[in-house]
Amino acid sequence: MYKITIRDRLLLLATVLLAAYQIIAGLDGLSPLSIWIYTTGFGILLVACLLLIILGFEGLESQGVVIVSTAIPLSISLGLVSVHLPSCFFPYLVFCLVGFGATGVTRFVLRGKAPTLVLALVHGTAGLVIILLPLILSIQGQVPAGYLLVSLGGGLIGLGGLLLAFLRAGKPLLSQEVIYQLLPLILFLMSLSFLGGFSFW
Amino acid sequence: MNKPKSKLAIAKRKFFPLVKSLQTGLLLITGLAGYMSARCPIFNIPTVLGLTGSLLLAISGSTALNMWYDRDIDARMPRTSKRPLSTGETRPEEALIFGLVLSIIGITWALTVDILYGMIIFSGLFFDVVVYTIWLKRRTAWSIIWGGISGGMPVLAGRVLGTGAIDWVGIALALGVLFWIPTHILTFSIRYHEDYQQANVPTFPSTYSFQTTRLIIAISSILATLAFGIASYGVGLTWGFLRLLVVLSAGLFILAVQSLRSPSERITFGLFKYASLYMLSAMLLMFFAGI
Repeated sequence: MYKITIRDRLLLLATVLLAAYQIIAGLDGLSPLSIWIYTTGFGILLVACLLLIILGFEGLESQGVVIVSTAIPLSISLGLVSVHLPSCFFPYLVFCLVGFGATGVTRFVLRGKAPTLVLALVHGTAGLVIILLPLILSIQGQVPAGYLLVSLGGGLIGLGGLLLAFLRAGKPLLSQEVIYQLLPLILFLMSLSFLGGFSFW
Repeated sequence: MNKPKSKLAIAKRKFFPLVKSLQTGLLLITGLAGYMSARCPIFNIPTVLGLTGSLLLAISGSTALNMWYDRDIDARMPRTSKRPLSTGETRPEEALIFGLVLSIIGITWALTVDILYGMIIFSGLFFDVVVYTIWLKRRTAWSIIWGGISGGMPVLAGRVLGTGAIDWVGIALALGVLFWIPTHILTFSIRYHEDYQQANVPTFPSTYSFQTTRLIIAISSILATLAFGIASYGVGLTWGFLRLLVVLSAGLFILAVQSLRSPSERITFGLFKYASLYMLSAMLLMFFAGI
């Protein structure tokens, strides 16, 4: 088992501080609902990083990690939809709730390929929303180019989440040690990208 | 040149461990947070210095007295058997004098800063040393309530120094600390259950059961977060700070429930550490909200 290092802890602490800043700062002009949705995503990220600092990577052995790693992109993508595609908010909210529930239920109840398929569908959809929505809005000129950093954050969260999810599903894309070495850096860069992108809002 | 340096090093080795720097530091931060929660200007240097100095001395003194009285217990527990009083490096009378001097200077200084503030600091020291340590700790597991009350005194005292009176916000802040104490101490008593049994100190796990103890931890975590939530409303925390407090509180609550649902050494340790971080973060939020 890869032991957490000082470098990892510092990167995770920096991620905690970035997430805390985003939660405190919020986003100007958004409805309270949208702000709370974003708060949920960054809040889960913050608490998860704190627990990683305290418990080390042994904390990632739990199946609950898969659920947590799904909740973050779902929340952030839902926040983006609530702001930029308000007409799609309700159907997407239903997708998020059902997808989140299905990820949890299939993880603990079903065996075989079903949990991985559900996970890939839910996680992949949320990741694509985070990547594509700012990209399309930027091309249409509705948001500044700097908002594309949100897409970069989406790409990183998708990468980190899928690496972890497939590791837990028993089908690792990289070795466990490499994933654990990369994870703090991915989380930090992801938070930095989100913060940078949202600062253009 | 070498002689004084080595004397200093010896004194540091003999006396510094008696003040439990991390615990003292955390309690000191609660006092400063209580003061800043009253929106007091931090640039009021004499008052801030008086608060910091008197509180630091009084807390350090009470901790040293506590360690002096509990030296026989500490010697029987593997976790604490390396402390200077247990090893004989510090003599009991040295520790007693050290604790008394710090306490007397701290309380006197506090009384000169403000009478009500000083009386609250004194009551915290009294509850900690006399009621908790000397009277109840060896008799009942419920002694932690009195330990909790004394733990809530620094934040109340800080608030009183800022506002000039005991108000409901100060009480709520003190209640937050009081309810947080079981989360902190009971996770500790689960982790070091055998140590406490060896020393014949009654704890919740030994008097009741591990599961009951975990239930109490979960309930006290909820009550602590509620008390801090109410206090933060009274302090006038902005929405951003409130959102962060809600997130941190949710983390504490989920960990406590997880510890109840699927108890393990790892979760207990995580809850213990997270509870300390939670308290530090909550106090820093109150502190920065006041700037």
